[in-house]
Amino acid sequence: MAKRVGMEVAIAASEAVALCNIDMAAVYPITPQSHIAEHLSDIVADGRIDAEFVTVESEHSAISCVAGACATGARVYTATSSQGLMLMHEILPIVSAMRLPVVMGIANRAVSGPLNILNDHTDIMSQRDCGWVVLFVENGQEAVDLTIQSFKIAENKDVMLPTCVNIDGFQLTHMVEPVEFPDQKLVNKFLPPRKPYATLHPDKPVTMGTFAMGDIFPEVMKAKDEALKGAKKVVLDVFAEWKKLFGREYKLVETYKTEDAECVFVTMGSMGETAEVAVNELRKAGVAAGLVKIRLWRPFPFEEFRAAIGKAKLLMVMDRAIVHGGMGGPVSVEIKSALYGEKNPPAVHDYIMGLGGRDVAVDDFEAMAKKSLEAYRKGVEKDYEFYGVRG
Amino acid sequence: MSLIQNFDLYAPKLVDRKEYLCSGHRACQGCGEVLGVRLVCKGLGEDVVIANATGCMEIVSSMYPFTAWEVPWIHVAFENAAAVASGVEAGLKALRRKGKIADRDVKVVGMAGDGGTMDIGLQALSGAMERGHDMMFVCFDNEAYMNTGIQRSSGTPMGASTTTSPAGKVSMGQKTWKKNVAEIMVAHNVPYVATVCPSYPLDLIRKVEKAKKVKGPSYIHCFTVCPTGWRSASELTIALGRLAVETLIFPLYEVEDGKYRITVDVENPRPVEDYLKHQGRFRHLTPDQTKLIQERVYQEYNKLLDKVENLQAWSDLKYDLGMLD
Amino acid sequence: MKKRKWPETWQEVSPGCIVAAPANAREYLTGSWKAQHPVWDDGKCIKCGLCYIFCPEGCIRETEKGFFAADLDYCKGCGICAHECWPGAITMVQEG
Repeated sequence: MAKRVGMEVAIAASEAVALCNIDMAAVYPITPQSHIAEHLSDIVADGRIDAEFVTVESEHSAISCVAGACATGARVYTATSSQGLMLMHEILPIVSAMRLPVVMGIANRAVSGPLNILNDHTDIMSQRDCGWVVLFVENGQEAVDLTIQSFKIAENKDVMLPTCVNIDGFQLTHMVEPVEFPDQKLVNKFLPPRKPYATLHPDKPVTMGTFAMGDIFPEVMKAKDEALKGAKKVVLDVFAEWKKLFGREYKLVETYKTEDAECVFVTMGSMGETAEVAVNELRKAGVAAGLVKIRLWRPFPFEEFRAAIGKAKLLMVMDRAIVHGGMGGPVSVEIKSALYGEKNPPAVHDYIMGLGGRDVAVDDFEAMAKKSLEAYRKGVEKDYEFYGVRG
Repeated sequence: MSLIQNFDLYAPKLVDRKEYLCSGHRACQGCGEVLGVRLVCKGLGEDVVIANATGCMEIVSSMYPFTAWEVPWIHVAFENAAAVASGVEAGLKALRRKGKIADRDVKVVGMAGDGGTMDIGLQALSGAMERGHDMMFVCFDNEAYMNTGIQRSSGTPMGASTTTSPAGKVSMGQKTWKKNVAEIMVAHNVPYVATVCPSYPLDLIRKVEKAKKVKGPSYIHCFTVCPTGWRSASELTIALGRLAVETLIFPLYEVEDGKYRITVDVENPRPVEDYLKHQGRFRHLTPDQTKLIQERVYQEYNKLLDKVENLQAWSDLKYDLGMLD
Repeated sequence: MKKRKWPETWQEVSPGCIVAAPANAREYLTGSWKAQHPVWDDGKCIKCGLCYIFCPEGCIRETEKGFFAADLDYCKGCGICAHECWPGAITMVQEG
């Protein structure tokens, strides 16, 4: 029977990485990822795992370093946040195009400017198009479970794509939560040694990272797109296997009290737990509220999302990022596109909330629901709104 | 004809005949850089993994679905050749130690042009060398960003006309002196640093073999003539490399454990004019500007001689500072 | 020269554009680039091998008798071998 311990989530995430028998990690410090990097270095320093731990001189070099190691067939990990992820941006689409199964932990933090070290989703949203498998977690247990699952998803021979696990910086990474660590033997069974597609070694020389001219580039892009789309099925298979071995069930899109819901919150990340409490409070006040939590962001689970919202008439999208000069928040844009073509789609109200670590509490969710319902009942179309902004 | 030239004349028959970069690559006619790579690879052999930066060598050798490489090779991006190489080194090290790959020595080599080494690649190179990875880094220096159209880099010499430092009515072309990355590498305590030139193939191969044996970082700076960018005749590639050495513009030396040694002695140095006159990129220079270059060449060579004569190997330094009793 | 199946469909593209066949660039015959080609006078050749060393294409080979010749399928006609040959055994001859 696995033991439950109280542990800071960032530390728990690096303990999860340690269970995965990685061969190499490269990190560069940035708040709030640092605890992940520091604890992983403690684990290596104590000899608990046998891995090369490279303290590189920038995040760009961190992702380049793990890409190089991954190409030799090693199982690799890195972690970053915000500005670090922005600095890695150049290399992210290259890693996915080269089909290298790098796993990255991201402690989500606002992107400068102005400088802000607190939580929001702008960092990962700026990497939407990079061709990575993108997962969001809501609590410490999910951070542990999905980190381990990420290696299996990424290394699957039909995927072979880098995967990242998004953990809200400070809001989640620095919280002490109860977590249950899976048994090492079972993890070894779940995650056998990596079988790389090709490796850099003189035993069998290959050339990686060739360039492509216009006569083949679009075909390469389509192949990558198909691989990412196909990753959805692999994620489902991995979730199913996890449930069998460890008893915890995960879905691509989680639902909470949506069966008879009239208005439904849509969240990603740790705010989902706050939203759950808000749904309960609203229900007590007679509002048929529900909640949908998106766990898999890329490839976006269009079918599962449409099924999850059921017959809800009103969606209140909690966007923790803003797409300047666009339609509001990136999640609402994705959702509207998911609903395009549906007969009688629900109204979609987009709230830009929680930017730069601004706290969004239960009563804020209740206030947003009240606002939306009022507008909806009046038949008023609602443009995206920066919730709680003074002025 | 000096003794060195005579030796070079007869010893080539002893060179490894295997080609690690095959014909069919798309380098320009007379490309000094691809010759440099070809010769460096002869010094490296087949137990290598090469991490290459974006640049001429990457482009001419790896257009999908073709590769000119016989050895394992990876290209990721422009500024991270050294970071990718350090990752390859760490990966191979871990996998070998954990018994997941063959117990076989494999040398990891980072390769980049002057831009990918001295400018955009300098951070990654500095980090990799500081961390002490068991890897070699070779800079193929053709003195500009040739692949993108001959733009200036910090490796471009004073007075050279490039597309972003063109000679014009109010400009003499490049206005700054060439950055000395070999010295930066010595300052990183890299155990073996050397300058090479394909015009001296045996010196080059010997130095590469030496660098390969180092258990730790090593750095080779390879001077490569670019007929396209330098506006020189394609058949003069070797001659120009030789002239660069004979005019003391590019001295061939090695720094082993901090000890400097000039490996190709130039008994009768030639005036820089002899080198500059064959290259279109210098044709606008006035006699005064040429004199400026000549003076600087002497100054730099004197600095080098000073180091050769006075600096000892680091492990030989035995100053008694009286604190270790 | 064997015909390569080209262009590939998206299903046929190698994952990651990895090329698993080392040195298959040999299929691309760069010899068509040249405007001149080297001719050896074996009578003058001293078999030093410098032309072989200095060829950027690596296409100069030692013949059975120990002399040298360029593989004209790849020779780009740069003229380095002729320029560097000490005894002047190599002459560049215009194409066509």
